[in-house]
Amino acid sequence: MPMPTIQSIEGQLEPHPDVALVAKVRGGDVSAYDTLVRKYERQLFRIAQHITQNREDAEDVMQDAFLKAYEKLEQFQGNSKFYTWLVRIAVNESLMRLRKRRTGRMVSIDEDIETDEGSVPRDLADWAPDPEQNYGQAELAEILRKTIQGLPQGFRIVFVLRDVEGLSTEETAETLGLSVPAVKSRLLRARLQLRERLSRYFHKKKRLMETGIVK
Amino acid sequence: MTCKEFLALLDDLIDDEVTPGMRTELQTHLGRCGHCEVVLNTTRKTIEIYRSHEIYDLPTGLRERLHAAIMSRCKKGC
Repeated sequence: MPMPTIQSIEGQLEPHPDVALVAKVRGGDVSAYDTLVRKYERQLFRIAQHITQNREDAEDVMQDAFLKAYEKLEQFQGNSKFYTWLVRIAVNESLMRLRKRRTGRMVSIDEDIETDEGSVPRDLADWAPDPEQNYGQAELAEILRKTIQGLPQGFRIVFVLRDVEGLSTEETAETLGLSVPAVKSRLLRARLQLRERLSRYFHKKKRLMETGIVK
Repeated sequence: MTCKEFLALLDDLIDDEVTPGMRTELQTHLGRCGHCEVVLNTTRKTIEIYRSHEIYDLPTGLRERLHAAIMSRCKKGC
């Protein structure tokens, strides 16, 4: 069975470091699993939070996903990266959690994507060179949260997996059960919608600064 | 190249998935279209901002609770 590999500096293929950790866990070394948890806990929590949009649910999802992965480690094939396998579990757990919260109504990542908002850029004024520096850390985080929460779920998940968590287009497609063209199309629309929405904040502040209302 | 055609290739340009020939065409369009330049730069910035800012803090104690849960499963037979 082929093992996931990374390209070493010398150009030779080496096993991904997670492969050794997974092997240790399978051999009974629980501390190796702690290492994997520490490595990916932030990513999994973020993904769960972006999908469920609820902090308590995200905590439960993260915990359940790591537990499930631990229990099903024997089923991990090794022909995909451990991280993407873990992400797939977290995405499924998150969608299940949403379904429960909505009393059994089916939850699909195709929800609410029939929108053309942002597909054609309207706000074409430039941003300040470092617009985020016009805001405090907490204020900026709130703007970024509000903005991404307003995206249709089917766009939000694709953007988070692809652009924030660094999955490839193919990995994102496989994780979400979508085709590669569908991922590409959603990613473009997600990026453009986010850009459009962020423009409102970054322009406003910039214009106010120019008029001297805000320093 | 029209703005619409540029926009259709925006992601490929951002993700560096264009052929050298296509890149030249896109650069030519950018050289004479300020609007598309703004869209490209601010879209890149959008991605960078979301990548570089932690907007959801990991709850305190979550790692410990998870560790305890894993240990408890472990005692039950791993």
